[in-house]
Amino acid sequence: MVDLSRKFDCLVIGGGNAALCAAISARRSGASVLVLEGAPKFYRGGNTRHTRNMRCAHDAATDILTGPYTEQEFWEDLQLVTEGQTDEELARHMIRESKDILGWVVEQGVRWQPSLGGTLSLGRTNSFFLGGGRAMLNALYLTAERLGVDILYDAEVLDLDIDNGMFLSADLKQGDGRVTVRAATLVAAAGGFEANIEWLKQYWGEAADNFLIRGTPYNRGSILKMLLNKGVQQVGDPTQCHAVAIDARAPKFDGGIITRHDSVVFGIVVNKHGLRFYDEGEDIWPKRYAIWGRLVAAQPDQIAYIVFDASVRNSFMPTLFPPIEANSIAELAGKFELDAAVLEKTVAEFNAAVRPGTFDHTILDDCRTEGLTPPKTHWARKIETPPYYAYPVRPGITFTYLGTRVNKQARMLMKDGKPAANMFAAGEIMAGNVLGKGYAAGIGMTIGSVFGRIAGREAAQNARN
Amino acid sequence: MHGTKILEEADRLMTVCNSCRYCEGLCAVFPAMEMRRSFSDGDLNYFANLCHACGACYTDCQFSPPHEFNVNVPKTLAVARAESWAAYAWPRAFAGLFARNGLAISLIAALSVAAFIFGFAALNDRQVLFGIHTGPGAFYKLMPHNAMAALFGAALLYALVALVMGVRAFWRDIGEPIGMLVDPPSLWQAMKDATQLRYLDGGGVGCVNEDERPSDLRKIHHHLTFYGFALCFAATCVATLYHYLIAREAPYPWWDLPVVLGTLGGIGLLIGPAGLLAEKWKRDPALVDQKRMGMDVAFIAMLFLTSLTGMALLLLRDTAAMGPLLALHLGVVFSLFITMPYGKFVHGIYRFVALVRYARERRMMAGV
Ligand SMILES: Cc1cc2nc3c(=O)[nH]c(=O)nc-3n(C[C@H](O)[C@H](O)[C@H](O)COP(=O)(O)OP(=O)(O)OC[C@H]3O[C@@H](n4cnc5c(N)ncnc54)[C@H](O)[C@@H]3O)c2cc1C
Ligand code: SF4
Ligand code: SF4
Repeated sequence: MVDLSRKFDCLVIGGGNAALCAAISARRSGASVLVLEGAPKFYRGGNTRHTRNMRCAHDAATDILTGPYTEQEFWEDLQLVTEGQTDEELARHMIRESKDILGWVVEQGVRWQPSLGGTLSLGRTNSFFLGGGRAMLNALYLTAERLGVDILYDAEVLDLDIDNGMFLSADLKQGDGRVTVRAATLVAAAGGFEANIEWLKQYWGEAADNFLIRGTPYNRGSILKMLLNKGVQQVGDPTQCHAVAIDARAPKFDGGIITRHDSVVFGIVVNKHGLRFYDEGEDIWPKRYAIWGRLVAAQPDQIAYIVFDASVRNSFMPTLFPPIEANSIAELAGKFELDAAVLEKTVAEFNAAVRPGTFDHTILDDCRTEGLTPPKTHWARKIETPPYYAYPVRPGITFTYLGTRVNKQARMLMKDGKPAANMFAAGEIMAGNVLGKGYAAGIGMTIGSVFGRIAGREAAQNARN
Repeated sequence: MHGTKILEEADRLMTVCNSCRYCEGLCAVFPAMEMRRSFSDGDLNYFANLCHACGACYTDCQFSPPHEFNVNVPKTLAVARAESWAAYAWPRAFAGLFARNGLAISLIAALSVAAFIFGFAALNDRQVLFGIHTGPGAFYKLMPHNAMAALFGAALLYALVALVMGVRAFWRDIGEPIGMLVDPPSLWQAMKDATQLRYLDGGGVGCVNEDERPSDLRKIHHHLTFYGFALCFAATCVATLYHYLIAREAPYPWWDLPVVLGTLGGIGLLIGPAGLLAEKWKRDPALVDQKRMGMDVAFIAMLFLTSLTGMALLLLRDTAAMGPLLALHLGVVFSLFITMPYGKFVHGIYRFVALVRYARERRMMAGV
């Protein structure tokens, strides 16, 4: 049993990658640490459970990475996806630290998968967890336990006592009751608010009812809201988030990675009126797949259909939900209650606009349409080989970017610009500092590990002083 | 559509896993699955026999129960595996033995032991059964060597024929006829993988048993069991050669090769099965095919008893207990032989065949 009457050096709220990295780092720096995870044990680790890889800079190929990925290149990629909306000093600091993280997480028991040349074209930039995110979490939890970190599950934090930028105590749920715990420092690593539909509605309106949440139902943003209400400076645009198009048949929460679709570039995407609305061939997956969530969210009833034909049926990753199949476009339309005549016209116009080219989905090839709005600028090939197929898709929210502002020490900044006395933040809850918009695969883990490690170390030092 | 309900479930899971692939680095099952987009009955039986039940993919899966996707690969493949063995059984009429294997083995073992005791007594008078016999040929006072050799030779031959017929059925099911047999690199690769238990390590950290803490205990005890068995088998072979080639008769002195091999193997066969049983006891029920628990336990118990009776015989062979102990030992070994094709023993053989196929698939993929 954990003794909750004692005062801990460091209280970590959350149970994912950021929280565990912080807890381990604080413990290794000599602090006594309590981790409060709101979820039951099986669901421990929030969205981290669903992750697969992490993006880190490195100067040379290793046995898990196929080539060098310099700090500069990482920085350029980040600038590209965020379109400059990032805190340069913080981002560069994170990228520099990421080099060291690759080895540090291994010291915490995490194992990397040797590059299999496998499913994603990320073998150079990203390292893959052997067994995936839950395997990685299991390793971090074992290490934390071994080091003597106290961990409580089903321990949702309900309130924080903060006085003028100084954390004093937290109230947590314990069974049917409430307990107050005191600690010298706080590390907030409780994720974003993507599972809080009501909160999402404030920015998205009723459309948010049609959003599917890819990850944990436990990231309701309660800690984020408490912190912002108690004087911590806000960072990021609340409508910015990582959202992809996922299968409309996926569960409301926690469907994870297997509900995604990689097939956009192989077909066309129409809305419920049977009309195309965006250039499906704009850029190479996975660079561009993260825009489709927002695109579908902007369509009527937040639904769209990826339409393709038999010729590409086996060209992309197999999917959990099979595509809906029909022998004609009209029949396909009927299966989704789309207007058959409109869909037939959309496909016919698309087919007529396709110019011959040499198909290659690994590069921006020369298969494109001419005289069509919106165009399909690459990988455009006629949809004419029955049977025809379609996947219904909805916006799948991965995580939100609105967060707490921090400095290079992962210390929260208050509204007046002053650093908080003893409060730190790591992971999704402060991702908006680095990610103003857009996303580069694997950066969620980088933010959590790098700032988690810093936050733990700084909190431990803060507690000693 | 698949032949059985468990294959339906295995298909569902492999479809989930194929769109996830997080476990591809853990063992051979996932890469084998990734080579396909749809799965025939034979494919699923092949995956099932490729699985070493390390449990890692259950503990590492974000969709294992209570998640609504309800992904439990180790247990599903364990059930599919056992059902596949019953389906391959030869003669077909004995397929049912797999279902109530624990009871069947106990009965067969008891009957065999009784038959040997009764046989010894009937062959000789009571003095011989309880008499003290020493020196070369002592065992054969109870049963002539030729009779012993004929009896066990026949039992072993029967087991071999039944096993070969089963493997043939498996081969056909997984769509891989003689090809693999004439592919020495694949055979060699599979031999290395099997003898090292390469895939009983959860991708490197060990096997998951009672909780999420991996350990190597199952692997170590399996090694002790397997190599213990191999040493005992070698001891028997050497003794047979001694007898026919250089007319050297059992029992042998303690320093002689058959005794040394048999003693070392016997120790492995005591510790290994005991350890496996202990681990099985502790194992998270979510990972276990409860229906077939009896089969696993019966086989482990038979191995343990084989060793225990053999060791007792070694220790007490110069006393009046020799006769009954020899009957006991021979009874246990006899029933081990004849029940081999209808119980857990076959897992090693089918797994080896699956490994050969996997090695071959890998080689074909790599274009060699
Ligand atoms: C399907 C999917 C795939 C992804 N793949 C990748 C990938 O491959 N690579 C990558 O870098 N990123 C990926 N991401 C993003 C990544 O998951 C997040 O960036 C990352 O998990 C954030 O880590 P975290 O520790 O900040 O938050 P989380 O891991 O979400 O942890 C937050 C924790 O806080 C707890 N919590 C919330 N509120 C409270 C409270 N009031 N009291 C106590 N505890 C509370 C939650 O239970 C949870 O344990 C993926 C996300 C999803 C959904
Ligand atoms: S067992 Fe789970 S984590 Fe592993 S591949 Fe299958 S679905 Fe993915
Ligand atoms: S239990 Fe182990 S051997 Fe079997 S499929 Fe899962 S990871 Fe592979």
